[in-house]
Order: sequence, then C-alpha cells, then structure tokens
Amino acid sequence: MAKKSVWSDNRFWQRSAAWITGFASVLLIWLTFDTSAQISMGNDSDLKSGVTKRVPGPTVINYKITYEMDKKRQHEVPVIGEKEKFFGRDDYSEDEAAALLHLGKLGSQTKNCMNCHTLLGNGAYYAPDLTKAWLDPAWGPTGSMQSMTGKSTKEEAMAEFLQHPSQYPTHARMMPNLGITAEEAKGLVAFLKHMSSIDTNGFPRNFGKIQGAVNGK
Amino acid sequence: MANSYLTSESKKLATWYFTVAATLFGAQLLFGLVAAIQYVIPGFLFEILDFSVARMLHINALVVWMVFAMFGSVYWLLPDETGIETVGIELGKLLFWIFTAAVTVVVLVYIFIQVGAADETSIWFIHEGREYIEAPRWADLGITVVALGFVANLFMTGMKGNRSGIVTVLMADMIAFAGLYLTGMFYTDNITVDQFWWWWVIHLWVEATWEVFVGSIAAYGLITMIGAHRKVVEMWLWIEVTMLFGSGILGMGHHYFWIGTPEYWWEIGALFSALEPLPLVAMFIHVLYDWGKMQGEESAKGQDVSVITNKPAFTWFVLNAFGNFLGAGIWGFFHTLPQVNLYTHGTQFTSAHGHLAFFGAYATILIGMMYIAVQGKNGIKVMNNTTSTIFATSMITGGVLGMTVALTVAGYVDVLVTRAQMGATWAGYFDGQSGAWFAQGMDWRLVMGVVTFTGFFFLIKDLLSIGKATHHVR
Repeated sequence: MAKKSVWSDNRFWQRSAAWITGFASVLLIWLTFDTSAQISMGNDSDLKSGVTKRVPGPTVINYKITYEMDKKRQHEVPVIGEKEKFFGRDDYSEDEAAALLHLGKLGSQTKNCMNCHTLLGNGAYYAPDLTKAWLDPAWGPTGSMQSMTGKSTKEEAMAEFLQHPSQYPTHARMMPNLGITAEEAKGLVAFLKHMSSIDTNGFPRNFGKIQGAVNGK
Repeated sequence: MANSYLTSESKKLATWYFTVAATLFGAQLLFGLVAAIQYVIPGFLFEILDFSVARMLHINALVVWMVFAMFGSVYWLLPDETGIETVGIELGKLLFWIFTAAVTVVVLVYIFIQVGAADETSIWFIHEGREYIEAPRWADLGITVVALGFVANLFMTGMKGNRSGIVTVLMADMIAFAGLYLTGMFYTDNITVDQFWWWWVIHLWVEATWEVFVGSIAAYGLITMIGAHRKVVEMWLWIEVTMLFGSGILGMGHHYFWIGTPEYWWEIGALFSALEPLPLVAMFIHVLYDWGKMQGEESAKGQDVSVITNKPAFTWFVLNAFGNFLGAGIWGFFHTLPQVNLYTHGTQFTSAHGHLAFFGAYATILIGMMYIAVQGKNGIKVMNNTTSTIFATSMITGGVLGMTVALTVAGYVDVLVTRAQMGATWAGYFDGQSGAWFAQGMDWRLVMGVVTFTGFFFLIKDLLSIGKATHHVR
C-alpha cells in the first residue's frame, strides 16, 4: 500500500504558506530599506556638487530642468542644468525652498489634485498627468497656456491659472476654483517643478517631444 | 430586529454591518454616476459637486462599504466556525456605532466642505487628498481603534473556541490588513516616499490581504452552501494563501515602475505580478470543481436535486470566482508588464481594470454574504432565486462588464493618442479626450452605469423581501 502523499496534507500546505509568506515579506522589507535609501530627498550640497539623486532637494527650484534621452538607460531622465530664476529669484535657501515645497505638497493634498489629475501617474484620469507638467511646452515662452494668462514667465502663468482656473478654460471640461491663494499657488508651482525633477525611469515617455499628427493635423 | 431567527449576537451584529455596507454601496454607485455624467456633460454640478469630490466619495464609499461587509462577514461566520459566541461582542457593537458615526461625519465633510487651506488642519479635519485613503487624520486614528477592536474580538474568539483552518487564516490575514493601514497615515513632503508607502496600504490590501480574505470566505461558502468537505476546502485555502502571498507581496513592484523608485522594480514587479493571476485561476477551478463534485455525489445517489442551499448567494460566489480571475487576473495582466505599463499607467485602462477587479473580486462575494445573512435571519433551509434576484444579478453584472468594456475602448484612445502619439502633455491629453472613440466609450460607460444603478435597486428590494417569499424550503 502506498504511503499517504505529502501533497494532500493540510499541514504541509499550511507550513508552505507560512514559509513563502515569510520569505516574500522579508524580501520586501529588505528591498524597502534599499529603495528608501535611494529615494530619500537630496539636499542643496548634492545639487551644488552635481550629485544625482532620484529625488533632488527642494532647492532644485533654483535650477533649469530638462528631460533628455539617456543613451545608456535608453529612456529620458530629468537633467538639472544652470541656474534659472523662479518667481524672480535663483537663490532660495534650503529652508526657504523646503518651506515652499512643504506648502505645495500640503496644498496638493488638501486641494485634492489627485482626484482629477494623476501625479507620478497615480490618481484620477479626468485631467492631465502632472508628473512633468513643469516641462510642458504649453507653459513655455511660446506656449498657449502662458500667453493665455498674459504672464511672462512659466511660474507666474501657472500660479495665475491655479488661482483662477475657470477664468482660463482650455476645454469644455474645466478646472474648478479651489480657493487657492497666491502663496499656495507659488508653493504648488514649486511642488510641480520639484516633481518634474524626480527620476521616474522615463515616465512619461517622449514627454513634450512629439508634435505628433492627429487626424492629419 | 424583529422576526429574526438569529440567536447569535455575533450574527445580529453582522446584519448591522451588512445594512450599512449596502447603503454605502448605493452611495458609491450614486457618486460614480455623478462622475460618469461629468465626463459626458462637463458643466454638470461644476463648482457645486466637482468631479474631484464625486470621485473621492465614489472610491471612499467603495473601500468603506467593503470593509463594513468584510467585518460583517467575519462576525457572521465566527459562531459557525468556532462553535461559540464571539468574545467581546458588546465591544464589537460599540465599535460598530463609532465606525458608522465616524463615516457619516467624514462623508458630510467631504460633501459640504470639500477642500481646505494648504495646512495641517485640513489634513486633520477635512481630508488627506490621497486616493482611496482620503479619510482625515482624526478618522484614521478612529479607524485604527475600530480595526484593532475587531481584530481583538477575532483573536479572542479564535483562541477560545474551535480554531478551524478558515479562522486561522482569517486571524493572520486580518491582523495584517489592520496593521498595513498604519503605513498610510503619515505625511511627507517627498511624493516618491509618499506613494511608496501609500501602495503598502492599497496594494497589500487589494492584491494580497483582501484576496486571502476572499479565499477564506469562499471556503466558508463552499462548506455551508454545497456541503463541500472541510479537509479538501481548507487544503485548497492553504494552497491559495501560499500562491496569493507568494505572488502578491512582491507583485507590489508593479506599482514601483515610475514613481521615482529604482529600476530593479521593473524585473521584480513584472515577474511576481505576472504570477498573480495563477492563484485566481486556482480559486476559480476550486469553486467550480467542488460544485461539480458535490453535485455529482448527489446525482450518484439518484437524487435529482441541487446541492446548493442558497441559490442567490451561490450565484454571487460563482460570479466572484469568474470575476476575480477576469477583472483582477486578465484585466490586470493586460498592463502589468513595464514595457506596456509605460504607456498605460494612469489611463482609462487602469480605470477599466479597477472597475472589474473591485467588482469581480470583492463586491460579488460580499453581496453573496449578504444573501447568506438574509437566509440565516429568516430561518430558511434552502433559499431560491426570485425574479428580483435574477434582475439584480444580471443588471449589476452586465452593467459593470459593460462599463469595463467601454472604459477599455476609451483606454485604447488614451494610450494610443495621449501617450504614444502625443507624449502625454496637456495638449496631448485633450487630443485623446476629444477622440470620437473616447467620447463614445464615456457615453456607453454612463449607460452601463445607469444599468448597474438600476440593478442595485433590485438588489436592495430583493435583500429586503426575499426572506418573505414562499417558495423556499424552511
């Protein structure tokens, strides 16, 4: 008579469940430590000495950011360039920049951005993705959004739009007025600029690079 | 609770939980309908109840009704599994009222206050603005207390009474479920770190602990509704736990492709999330196999009657087996590989998957549990379908399937035009949104949403009246 197989034994499967769950959990925790170290926010001296961080420090708002193809990684990465004025200044101290980012990040939550927009691709799909919104050509010197607001810089145009969104409709679907103050708008733009500098492994692909043809246009 | 056959306090408490869950399910559908209308008629309730508010209510009501129904399900099955009355049932009842009151306040604040200034006060008292777990911090703390009380009751009952395999799995699963909520409660300025931990709650709930919960409930249902053999069912349950946690825990990697986290998550996420549909296949086979086996044993005795003692509930359990595999498994696998996800991440594809997965994996089986409670409360031995059962089941299922297909079509436009062709900019986004197929997809989604909502009224009518029908075996 054959012996009872271990494969039909509940204890065997119970132990398997415990071991595999434990193993997967330990691996996840170990990877979490590694990832946490890599995604911690950089600081001002990293930026000054050219150390690349996946999430740069808040003073990244003092610099020009572009999104360029990295030959080795085969996708686009944010590149932090020379100094660039942000609301007329390029000398925000670490504390000032951190305070602006703090205000902006808080604002992004309390104004519920994520339930219409996506941030880093997560959120709702009722409005454009904001991951690289700072780099959107529409807000640039020749862009439609900047000219619509009558402002002469990207950050001022964005801040103006955020404070009075329903005054600047781009489509039948509009952004509602969320009671965003001038200071909050400045913080939110700093938050957007900072987010555009995060290394998102090439997401979104080809952002702002394609003047593609739709319906023959 | 007049005219109730229930003698167990735990089961009575379960019916309270189910009642609130069904109500919140209605709220979920109502606000989903508002949001669906806004896609078609953008001016609808503009600056009165904007899309962001409607959508927040839609997805929060979803999460909360499911948590209520899950708590209810556990309180329902505990006396059957352990053979004793739930320990700490008075505490359980008190926590139920606290939970219900807290949810009511949170919903009213969402509707009437909506947004606050960019400060900590708003985070504490209005909402946290983080998808699915928007609840303000005071409510976070309250929910933690309620969840801990629930877990304590489960543990005390499991340790005092007969600790079956199902109860053992639930004990391990529910403590993880409650504990994971803590990882989504803190604030940080670093959005990458923010989303990293946010996924610990969302992913490890819906792709790990909630799925294991579903496995346990399915096991309980098979034993009680078709008389499946406990040893076989529990062995399958342990296999499912092995496969679900084995793939689901590291499957988390598929949320870490693009949020600023390192590139090695591409490989880890791709591999383990590609394995995630396997346990769902196993669960599907398990339910249908057991059903066939038990019916076959009955037929072999020359008996030409169904082995199912609760037709409506068992229908929902079978829909769960199929819907979980289709919605979570197939629709999830569609876009889980990084090469595809680069273009599909954050499009209507995600939304299509979300609708069918939450419905197929969770709504179905929890509605099934509500029918089991109705059966028990009315002292029915064999419960049959009514006309309303048929209408409710087919309209809700057909409606959600229809919405999923419509959103998938819209998703293709989103992916191909906005993402692949136009590079995801503001202008590119609206090029996609104004596409004819996109617009048609949103029209059909609304139609199918109305079908679902109509089905919901049949469901409520049925849950309230099926117990009084005369064609059951009592």
